[in-house]
Amino acid sequence: MPGSGHHLTDLSYFPGCSLESSARESNISLMEAAGILGLNLIELEDWNCCGSSSVNILDKEIAFSLAVRNLSLAPPHRPLMAMCPRCLYHLREAHQRLVREPETLRAQERRWGRPISPDLSIIHFLEVLVRLGPARLKQGLVRNLNGLKFVPYYGCTVFRPPALRQGTYYQGELGHVLTMLGGVPLTRALTHRCCGSFLSAARADVVTPLVNEIMASAVAEGAECLVTSCAMCQLNLEIRCTLEPRLPIFHFSEILALALGAEDYEGWFTRHLVDPRPLLAARNLIA
Amino acid sequence: MNPAAPDLKPRDAANRIVLAEQDRFLAGDIKRLSGTDLSRCYHCRSCGNGCPFIRGMDYPPNGIIRLVQYGLRRQALESHAIWICVGCHTCSVQCPMAIDIAAVMGTLRHLALEEGVVIAESNILDFHREVLHSINQYGRTHKLGIMLRYKVRVRQWFADLDVGLRMLAKRKMDLTASRVKAIDEITRLFIPDWKR
Ligand code: SF4
Ligand code: SF4
Repeated sequence: MPGSGHHLTDLSYFPGCSLESSARESNISLMEAAGILGLNLIELEDWNCCGSSSVNILDKEIAFSLAVRNLSLAPPHRPLMAMCPRCLYHLREAHQRLVREPETLRAQERRWGRPISPDLSIIHFLEVLVRLGPARLKQGLVRNLNGLKFVPYYGCTVFRPPALRQGTYYQGELGHVLTMLGGVPLTRALTHRCCGSFLSAARADVVTPLVNEIMASAVAEGAECLVTSCAMCQLNLEIRCTLEPRLPIFHFSEILALALGAEDYEGWFTRHLVDPRPLLAARNLIA
Repeated sequence: MNPAAPDLKPRDAANRIVLAEQDRFLAGDIKRLSGTDLSRCYHCRSCGNGCPFIRGMDYPPNGIIRLVQYGLRRQALESHAIWICVGCHTCSVQCPMAIDIAAVMGTLRHLALEEGVVIAESNILDFHREVLHSINQYGRTHKLGIMLRYKVRVRQWFADLDVGLRMLAKRKMDLTASRVKAIDEITRLFIPDWKR
């Protein structure tokens, strides 16, 4: 377990489709931050889509098998870590079902020809940070966030889908971690409002007013930016906001890596639809 | 662009709903399939007050539950609400009776597909189908491919063009798809058992 703190710790890492493509900047900055913290993220060999909302809607069994294939690829002795809350949810939900239904577990093991550990621990990156503890974070701090006023935006999935009632949740942790690094969290905005998920593609007319509501609540609190742990939220908030001026929206890993002293941020921030560089430069966080 | 208000006018003879003629088994079926006991709902409407998407729905979440309780099968399965629901679970968390409303919505979507009723939000369904197609092909979702095929399906070439172009300019949509190497492990899942 990553609890030992100061040693290099091996974790299996499930990037998921968004971090692999549209949110590549989140992936790169996460790897960077993890490296600085002494974590060794080993990408799950030949992973596939976690099942996603769409497949879960059309065919629950295919979605379940998709999630389980990933579990069958994970070495049992190290935790499987995900960054995307939705991937985490689908992987965990599938794993819980395998634990509950031994015959399903055996059938799936036969299907993939690989053993699946009922003890595999599936965790979110925030949990890894919490276990590492504040001392380790403080020790790595290079760029103090200098009072950067941000809204920790969790989106809906930390809202505890009832299937995961027994799991660990990270309520407040985005804010806690970044406070430790010098940021100022503004928690009275709409931090848990759903970003619109797939409706952003098929019913933008429904999503735009919602995203605007979220953004307006952040502006009303005096926020300079939003920080989110979900790549889909980041994208929806960026592309569906029609209010001006637009606040930048960071992936949590970007801000974390920046505070920990990462230098290759230029390549991440040029991929944003709302350029965060003026804000960061004004705060003396980047040159 | 909210969907038209549902045609439930009890005083109008043509629209009169005779409860005795409705599907008595619907509530029991949904309860069994979704694993949540919706007979506990006392219509406090907390779910609707929390649902971010209620403005795009024809029935509020508790309205859907009411349809199920009354056995109004067609109205429930042909509603817009079940497709607008993204499963964010805001309602399920707020419900004082711990009813997993999102699971009810999901179960109704499955029945709607299974029974082949008219799907009220065909564009949303088309989008889901394109995601499924992409995963079938690559094992992962390829955003650009999904959006292009979706556009062909719904024939709305210019809607959202600006957003698409901005995403392309920022390389948020890759031209080539990231693929699973052992793709036969994935495609096999999509073939019905009896055809394998
Ligand atoms: S919150 Fe629960 S009890 Fe209240 S109306 Fe909704 S489903 Fe019924
Ligand atoms: S799960 Fe569905 S019905 Fe419930 S709040 Fe979310 S979108 Fe609304």
